[in-house]
Amino acid sequence: MSERATQLLQIADDELILGWRDSEWTGIAPNLEEDVAFSSIAQNEIGHARALYELAARDLGTTADELAFDRSPDEYRCAGLVEHRFADDWARTIARHWLYEAADAVRLEALKASDDAEVAGLAAKIDREEVYHRMHAEMWADRLRDEPRFREAVDELWPQALALLPEDQRGTLATRLDLPSNSLLQGERGDHSEELTSLWEEMTMVRRSVPGAAW
Amino acid sequence: MVTAAAIWDALAEIPDPEIPVISLVDLGVIRNVDVSQQRVRIEFTPTFLGCPALEVMKGAMEERVRALGGEPEVDVVLDDSWSTDRITPAGREKLRAAGFAPPAAREAAPPKLIQLQSQAFRCPYCGSTDTKLENIFGPTPCRSLRYCTSCRQPFEQFKTI
Repeated sequence: MSERATQLLQIADDELILGWRDSEWTGIAPNLEEDVAFSSIAQNEIGHARALYELAARDLGTTADELAFDRSPDEYRCAGLVEHRFADDWARTIARHWLYEAADAVRLEALKASDDAEVAGLAAKIDREEVYHRMHAEMWADRLRDEPRFREAVDELWPQALALLPEDQRGTLATRLDLPSNSLLQGERGDHSEELTSLWEEMTMVRRSVPGAAW
Repeated sequence: MVTAAAIWDALAEIPDPEIPVISLVDLGVIRNVDVSQQRVRIEFTPTFLGCPALEVMKGAMEERVRALGGEPEVDVVLDDSWSTDRITPAGREKLRAAGFAPPAAREAAPPKLIQLQSQAFRCPYCGSTDTKLENIFGPTPCRSLRYCTSCRQPFEQFKTI
């Protein structure tokens, strides 16, 4: 597989799986406004995944749906951070959201500067939408900054946030968030957890029920 | 013989599936129409990538082209060429009249939370700028929720992208 297709799939898988996890808050968020906000963010992340899969699918001679749903769990290239089920734990959810959006911003900046016009153009479009996700994450991080459960969750998840990025982008993220750049990585791409398998079982359940159907 | 002008006229009659007061042409999502004999190629730029209406828009365009005797080919352009600045002046007025505050103009720097929290946004009902941010997100990814303290009416504000 080309380097470009690999890179697109990594980001698409991150966005799809995180979008799926975020959608688990629909109906159970701490208040109605958060139900609306988190559902909208989830929808947007899955939309970004769709666009990235479409670009990858053109290179790989397949379709976005096949890439999203017809691979086996061990073929997904997402990082460990996005796999955890945190629905019912708001502190961890916001810590992940804040860390992920910051890491995603670093990654998108690099993609926007890419020589590949298609990748750079799509990254620019995604980034304009992510601005609003970052605002939402910052607003919550400010609110929870002195909350011990939030601080602990940030420390716990930080080694996994670093693993989202290629090595040359990790220093930028650490500097921006004022967190240590030399933490030992956790949840690297390919080290899938059991949580991804159970998510996959549910996510692909309907599609697998009638293989090859035109929906 | 189908003409580009006829296609543009037909596209101008397709309502946005989420906000039917405004058409796809008003929304500025049609970047180009190219007619070569029966073949009609439409370049279409998505608004928000997470918008659930994109497939519906594509299907509606194909249907209109077929009704005019053309063979549609809708190319989805996945780049940064659509902006809320592409909504036409007529489209902005239709949005406002329907109770949706049109988006602010795009600036060189990305929008900031402090701008959204400011009183720079006008209520589409009474025109007051005494409005506050309720939620960065709304019923679809493209809108925020605001509340007008002057006429005590919640309203939806288009995000700028």
